[in-house]
Amino acid sequence: MSPTADSTPRVAAVPGSPVDPGGAAPPSRGGLVLRRLLRNKLAVTGLVVFVGMFVLAYVGPLVSPWTYTDQDFTSLLEGPSADHWFGTTQIGEDVFVRTMRGLQKSLLIGLLVGVISTLVATVVGATAAYFGGWVDRALMWVVDLMLVLPALLVIAILSPSFETWLIMIPLLAAFFWLIAARIVRGMTLTLREREYVQAARFAGVPAWKIILKHIVPNMASLLIIDATVNVGQAVLAETGLSFLGFGVQPPDVSLGTLIASGTSSALTFPWLFMFAGGLLVVAVLAVNLVGDGLRDAFDPQSGTGRRVRTWRGSR
Amino acid sequence: MTGFLLRRLLNYVVLCAIATFFAYSAAALTFNPLARYQTRNPPPPPEVIANLRAELRLDEPIPLRFLHWASGVLQGDFGHTITGQPITAELWSRVGVSLRLFLIGTTIGIVLGVILGVVGAIRQYRLADYAGTFFSFVVLSTPVFLLGVLLQFAAIRFNDAVGTTVLYFTGETTAGFQGSFGAALVDRLQHLILPTIAIALTQIALYSRYQRSAMLDVLGSDFLRTAQAKGLTRGRALFKHGLRTALIPMATLFAFGFGLLITGGVFVEEVFTWYGMGEWFVRGVQVEDVNIVATVTLFVAVLILISGWLSDVLYAALDPRIRL
Repeated sequence: MSPTADSTPRVAAVPGSPVDPGGAAPPSRGGLVLRRLLRNKLAVTGLVVFVGMFVLAYVGPLVSPWTYTDQDFTSLLEGPSADHWFGTTQIGEDVFVRTMRGLQKSLLIGLLVGVISTLVATVVGATAAYFGGWVDRALMWVVDLMLVLPALLVIAILSPSFETWLIMIPLLAAFFWLIAARIVRGMTLTLREREYVQAARFAGVPAWKIILKHIVPNMASLLIIDATVNVGQAVLAETGLSFLGFGVQPPDVSLGTLIASGTSSALTFPWLFMFAGGLLVVAVLAVNLVGDGLRDAFDPQSGTGRRVRTWRGSR
Repeated sequence: MTGFLLRRLLNYVVLCAIATFFAYSAAALTFNPLARYQTRNPPPPPEVIANLRAELRLDEPIPLRFLHWASGVLQGDFGHTITGQPITAELWSRVGVSLRLFLIGTTIGIVLGVILGVVGAIRQYRLADYAGTFFSFVVLSTPVFLLGVLLQFAAIRFNDAVGTTVLYFTGETTAGFQGSFGAALVDRLQHLILPTIAIALTQIALYSRYQRSAMLDVLGSDFLRTAQAKGLTRGRALFKHGLRTALIPMATLFAFGFGLLITGGVFVEEVFTWYGMGEWFVRGVQVEDVNIVATVTLFVAVLILISGWLSDVLYAALDPRIRL
């Protein structure tokens, strides 16, 4: 485990350094990870697709002449055309603009939930392990308790009191930090005994500063992977809740509500449904590919196991 | 080991009770079961509303209402819905419907998932491995409700191609079906296939990913080479020494997968209109019925409790080190 916080700036300085006359000096870990990630074609594709979808979701509606509440009475329930790129609904709403608005919401919720939940997991997990004792026991008990009930049930129960879809972000985040917090706690338990942490503690550095400067940077790989994976899971959770009617409420739209309203007539009028469904799968798939690529880039031994080939070769 | 398992069991029971209490309180706080009467035009007489309030114990503090409901549950009475039907009467048929779906779906999911994962690990970087990985990625990126809808489309195409209705996708049996026991069984099977596939696919995808990497870790280990050096065939070494070790971390995952299964079950029951616990929960929230929601929550908590405890047992069975 080596510090990862320092990254790219050093890479540029390294090649000419006197340490390695051959010119192939070891770059910083951050640079190494980035290069490994960029070599992974699937992960790069995922990243490009995800960013592309974000741009599409926010730029698309600006280019289109329609808004998501407009009704075009000259074109009811018609397939994709030059006027309505993704077709229209029963009451003449433009499917393209509605899908883009749904995509905006689903991606934004997913991204924020992924980041927030990882931050919470870091704070709670590191605090529990660093302080130990009753703080640890209390926090881990809360985690155990919250793991008993699936997020879907609790958020659905609370849904009648929702006033705005924004509430979905803190609520989903409240359920996405649990497992990561346990892993962070486990890693902090070992990190806390390291010499440099002990040294900092004896030098009188306050606890929050030790956690922030000496412990968290050492878990950066785990946290980045966790945040990425959570983005995909959060998108799935949000669309699922909205599909059941417990998330984003009409007249506003999310990919989940679009799929829900499109399914009943999807066989005869596939455009009502397939764009929202397709974009949803592609978005989550893209995030998952990036997450998998990050995992390989941070830890080349994980999953791909180079040792296997030597074993096979020697048999 | 018995002490360890008993301690875990006690811990789960306490968590279960508290979780149900929280869910009940949350429901009691947010739901307004009288809303549909208050918006009625002409409004019902105030006495009717007052009666309903008293009947639903809306004026009592929530902990008291919970205690009343919980003491009923301990005696096997889960209370009434807001329309006055006893919950217990409907409960067991719904539990049966859900469990049938869950158990068959999980069994298929675990078995096929483990096989797919092991094959992927042994044939790493070959076609089978890439196909399995691709399948897992796509399925894990597809929400269960979308998977269900797509399966329905596929079933319609299939039925059209065959020329007769082989696969049904609404309900768990044909309404008013009359016939012999065998015919009824076939009818149920025809309804069962699609929802079970929907449940199993996610489970297969999840387990195969983890089984693959667990197996890869084991494949590189020295003890497996030793086993072969001592004369075991590769197949036997892989099966007896490799797979068994690789299954240990999976025991924890089975418990985790169960939460996913229940969430998936809600969507599958909703999409395929199976009158199980998940579908009941969705109805319960829609009509803002506290007792239905609390009952389903308790059911879910108990299932997660059992799966968590089973995973502890499984862990103990697979890993001799904690068998003390």
